[in-house]
Amino acid sequence: MAQIELSAIRKSFDGADVLKGIDFRIEDGEFISLVGPSGCGKSTLLRIIAGLEPQNSGQVHIDGRPVDAIRPSARNLAMVFQSYALYPHLSTFDNIAVPLRMRRLSAIERLPLLGPLLPGRRAKERHIRADVEGIAEQLDIAPLLRRKPGQLSGGQRQRVAVGRAMVREPRAFLFDEPLSNLDAKLRVHMRAELAELHRRLKATFVYVTHDQAEAMTMSSRIAVMMGGELIQAGTPAEIYNHPNDIRVAEFIGSPKINVLPGRIRTDGGVDVLGTALKLACSAAAGECRVGVRPERIDLGTGPFSGTVVHLENLGAEAFVHLAIEGAGLRLIARLADVRHLPAMASSVAFGFAPDAVRIFDPAGKRIELRVEQPERIREPAHV
Amino acid sequence: MSNAHSIPFRAILRHVLLIAGAALMLAPFIWMISTASKPQTEIFSSELHLIPHQLALAENLREAFAKANLLRFLLNGVIVTISIFVLQIMVALPAAYALAKLRFLGRETLFALVLFGILIPPQATAVPVFLMLHKAGLLDSYAALVLPFTISVFGIFLMRQFFKTVPDDLVDAARMDGISEFGIVWRVMLPAAIPAVTAFGIFSVVAHWNDYFWPLIVLNSEQLRTPPLAVAHFRNSEAGTSYGPLMAAAMVIIAPLVIAFLFAQRRFIEGITLTGIK
Repeated sequence: MAQIELSAIRKSFDGADVLKGIDFRIEDGEFISLVGPSGCGKSTLLRIIAGLEPQNSGQVHIDGRPVDAIRPSARNLAMVFQSYALYPHLSTFDNIAVPLRMRRLSAIERLPLLGPLLPGRRAKERHIRADVEGIAEQLDIAPLLRRKPGQLSGGQRQRVAVGRAMVREPRAFLFDEPLSNLDAKLRVHMRAELAELHRRLKATFVYVTHDQAEAMTMSSRIAVMMGGELIQAGTPAEIYNHPNDIRVAEFIGSPKINVLPGRIRTDGGVDVLGTALKLACSAAAGECRVGVRPERIDLGTGPFSGTVVHLENLGAEAFVHLAIEGAGLRLIARLADVRHLPAMASSVAFGFAPDAVRIFDPAGKRIELRVEQPERIREPAHV
Repeated sequence: MSNAHSIPFRAILRHVLLIAGAALMLAPFIWMISTASKPQTEIFSSELHLIPHQLALAENLREAFAKANLLRFLLNGVIVTISIFVLQIMVALPAAYALAKLRFLGRETLFALVLFGILIPPQATAVPVFLMLHKAGLLDSYAALVLPFTISVFGIFLMRQFFKTVPDDLVDAARMDGISEFGIVWRVMLPAAIPAVTAFGIFSVVAHWNDYFWPLIVLNSEQLRTPPLAVAHFRNSEAGTSYGPLMAAAMVIIAPLVIAFLFAQRRFIEGITLTGIK
């Protein structure tokens, strides 16, 4: 349906740079999540794609054509807003019909009182009715068509907003944190529904969220934004396993990745908490930060030890919070087997496999590693 | 629960004060009804009594309708107040939308000017406006009654404050759906602002229905008179003021507002609490 290309997009509000030159290409039919902490510019970027906000410089191309001088409605994109933005005085039916009426009826035909009397209006209105009812059927909101938005629950409003976006058959769908007003349970449910919708429509979805779980579960690709820059884009697995920046590593994944202070020796070896890891890198000697995901920490064996200070048992999994003596550090380990939890305040030995380690330089960039295993040398993954 | 039978002293005091206030407010109205119901001789009698010995309401009303074309004056009142209100809305809504939702250079300055405009009493600009109407040859016409009030800075201010509370997402959604900026004003903002429009309508209609000052200045022709002028009509005659018919006419001209108030009491109160003006 549509491929969206952003080149060197810059935007500032009152002298503050919100977007610092974004280059990005969204392929046709992709489900792209723009994810990042609040204030990183992701919503602004979405509004620039939509045409609701002009950029200070740079171009937006949709299907190879520049759209910078084109009005939002003429770009033929549909947007679903965080607050759903349904017209409060119109019924569900009329809400969904608005984009069709605006496009298919002339200005005179839309006039109240006079419009319905014009010839041809009846036939057009019949088509609109058929289209709206078709959409309502697909989204399971057919029984709600006569209700006003005020009489709908959050999830229902969400569906109506999606319906209003779908009905115009846009080139791409833009979502601005559409699930953040829903309760946790409904959010998980709507996540599955949106992913399912994307598979069915095969349309381009651009989805803005600050919730990394939404990005991880739905998208075909994730673009992580921080401080007005796009730091990394890749599939959810790439972003999770091979973050190229410590901010990405810390933002994606829950609980957060454990970060330990480390040191690169002059021979390229890496020390962490005074223990040498079976790793080598070609970076210059000096301080570094060592990241290990909670699920990659093996409790019970290993060269390190910590005290259990907190336990979170979620039933299917458990999180063990460890304090490292002398280092003033806290680590979280994820335990898949909740039947064998360590006791509170007990001392536990732990370690991690060399390939679980990601190392970042003091500026936060990832340092490529070689695992020192003579029999098989792993190629560092490229992102 | 224990003192359900004993009425607390504070409650009594509160009600006494409220009743006294209400009586003070209602006294002129009661006096009006009383006078309108009395024959001429009783009105000028030295003793004070509210209930007339001889009910003359019908005669006074008949005389009021005979002496002045009251129905015509009431119609004038309706034409003028409705025209003013419709034009005020047509100016205030787009202006308020621009001030609340559009970003342009000088917006804050313009809004400051609107606030400043609220501070200017209409009497201060009466003479220049009168002269302008004279130059335009519009004196002594409906236009003279309506035109000076079409731009209500208070209306712009009130609507702007209300539009500020309408979420930006709604405006953006309308833009995505292909509604033009003027379309947004009438199709999205107006329906959302109905409570504010009602409140403003109440103030506007009451103020211009009761306005005495401006019609008195710009009108000469009797057939254009608005209701308050109709009452004054009974005053000046050389034969002395005929208070009975005057009060009867006053009753007739306040009746539409009183009836409207009784029908839409809740709206009135909502409107007044919405604007925070007493």
